[in-house]
Amino acid sequence: MAIKKFITGNFYEEAVLFPAVKKVRRAGYKVHDVYTPFPIHGLDKELGMKDTDLHIAGFIYGITGTTTAISFIGWALARDWQINFGGKPFFSLPAWIPIMFELTVLFSAVGMVLTFCWLCQLAPFVKKDHFNPRSTDDTFVMAIECTDKTNEAEAIAFLKEAGAQDVQIQSRETGWWFGRYDRETVRFGKKVAAV
Amino acid sequence: MSLNRYESQVRGPLVEGSKDYHQITEDICRPVEATPSKLWWVGFIISIGLLIFGVVSVTMEVMYGTGQWNLNKTIGWGWDITNFVWWVGIGHAGTLISAILLLFRQGWRTGVNRAAEAMTIFAVMCAGQFPIWHMGRVWNAFFVMPYPNTRGPLWVNFNSPLLWDVFAISTYFTVSLLFWYCGLLPDLATLRDRAKLKWRKLFYGAASFGWTGSTKHWQRHEALSLVLAGLSTPLVLSVHTIVSFDFATSVIPGWHTTIFPPYFVAGAVFSGFAMVQTLLLITRKVLGLEEYITMEHIDVMNKVIVLTGSIVGIAYLTELFIAWYSHVEYEWFAFRENRVNLSSPYGWSYYLMMGCNVLSPQIFWFKKMRRNLLVTFFMSILVNIGMWFERFVIIVTSIYRDYLPSSWSTYYTPTIWEIGFYMGTFGLFFTCYFLFSKFFPVIAIAEIKHILKRSGDNFKEQMEKDENESLEAFEHANAHH
Repeated sequence: MAIKKFITGNFYEEAVLFPAVKKVRRAGYKVHDVYTPFPIHGLDKELGMKDTDLHIAGFIYGITGTTTAISFIGWALARDWQINFGGKPFFSLPAWIPIMFELTVLFSAVGMVLTFCWLCQLAPFVKKDHFNPRSTDDTFVMAIECTDKTNEAEAIAFLKEAGAQDVQIQSRETGWWFGRYDRETVRFGKKVAAV
Repeated sequence: MSLNRYESQVRGPLVEGSKDYHQITEDICRPVEATPSKLWWVGFIISIGLLIFGVVSVTMEVMYGTGQWNLNKTIGWGWDITNFVWWVGIGHAGTLISAILLLFRQGWRTGVNRAAEAMTIFAVMCAGQFPIWHMGRVWNAFFVMPYPNTRGPLWVNFNSPLLWDVFAISTYFTVSLLFWYCGLLPDLATLRDRAKLKWRKLFYGAASFGWTGSTKHWQRHEALSLVLAGLSTPLVLSVHTIVSFDFATSVIPGWHTTIFPPYFVAGAVFSGFAMVQTLLLITRKVLGLEEYITMEHIDVMNKVIVLTGSIVGIAYLTELFIAWYSHVEYEWFAFRENRVNLSSPYGWSYYLMMGCNVLSPQIFWFKKMRRNLLVTFFMSILVNIGMWFERFVIIVTSIYRDYLPSSWSTYYTPTIWEIGFYMGTFGLFFTCYFLFSKFFPVIAIAEIKHILKRSGDNFKEQMEKDENESLEAFEHANAHH
């Protein structure tokens, strides 16, 4: 990733944000992201995002867990070391259902959380550039990416017109890096490059 | 856009006082950012004291063996397994609140879920201690894991409910922890961005995993929460079902009952909610969060308590009836002589259980009682005592007289070290809870903000006004037809 130039605007009301997103997108601006302090239902659709496939990953992890449980228990008790428990069959499926179920849930949950962290680049000591710290408190921060064709002054005026407040131009790193939040660190020590 | 979604005016607001998003952040972060009160220190030091008592007790047990606990050949499971089931039961409310109520779209869960989930995790940690230290030769505890070993390899018995328990409880702990922490990420990011002190920036910066609140991340976060809730719902039911299998699959009179799984699950939810009440009544008072954990929350939780308490009551009576109706001599003897008979050595515990779990919660049929803090607090303690005795009744009264009268136990009482171990888990539980309430937001900040415009006091008022206005306009327009 690289350092890019953005125009950011702060929104105080959902009722203002939604029409603004619509207007900005219709005008052809590239919305980098909208940062919100809590999930706003429908905003992802408004931004033209596809649904996440995380639940499909969860299903695949789940059946992996089921398969692991049944194949391992089956192998251990019916093949590798057969033990006679009161004359019951070595392959006694009903008695294995509890563990099969538990491993299904375990694999699915752990796998999904890891996938979630991978996709969203979340891990301890991961640092990312923040447009406005208020986006984790009470406002919705929209960041529009400046491209070669963007007329900055026009974009700022447009965003203000759409209801945004404290509109600014900011240069930000779009990727992530390892760093501490109590220190000013930049990704790979790179200096802000001209866009 | 779900902002204008209709919200019933029958239900009271879930956030009291005229709040906006920033005020919510301020209110919930305040206890985390302030220096701890004297009361906090007193509680914390008492908890540490109890924890030390527990560590000493466990050390004694490891040195001398489980005989240190007055356990013998007849009563092999005394206080320790009673405590184990009790703690696991308490650990059920958190996931019930966070998972099942999420699936049912119950808005009131948002005020209480974070603390309840934390309670679940700490309660399961406490529960896990008992079977581990009860093993006696605890240095061999890893034998429960199926790993290639030099004894054959001899695998663990996958057909045994005790092994199912190992899998169920470790899975439950892991999934609850993940669920809880994923929910914490956005709130930790809020704390990080507010942090003024260096160590806070470092700690919350690392703990929030670099969360930014991006729309795509929120979309995935929502999907993740929903699927985890879907997975946790059957999981929470399975865990206590499997714990009940520890008893139900045996042939001990009093344990050999098919009703156990639903009966245990209802009891778990019952005791879990009682513990949530105990903790939250103190938390909201001490941290000044009465506007977020409102009377409305306490009222609905008391409704859950009276419902589950009554289910448990039906289960007790069904069990008793079937013991008689089945004409199984041993089963009926266990019930008639070891439990119902008040003059038998442990008869008192059966009536204590009945009184605390079945009769006393019936007081919550009255709204006035449900909304009385003192009554609620007293009842929550009573239910916890009652549910402890339920497990004690099931375990001890079933095994202290077995098939052979010559091996009937003398009166079993716990030793100081057995009590110390139990107290020690209280120490562990409250130490964890005190630390949690100091360093983490006890209420899910993002989730409260999410429901604010539907269930907030000021917004509900506005909604009602709008509704009446539109009703009047409608009447006015249609008056002449």
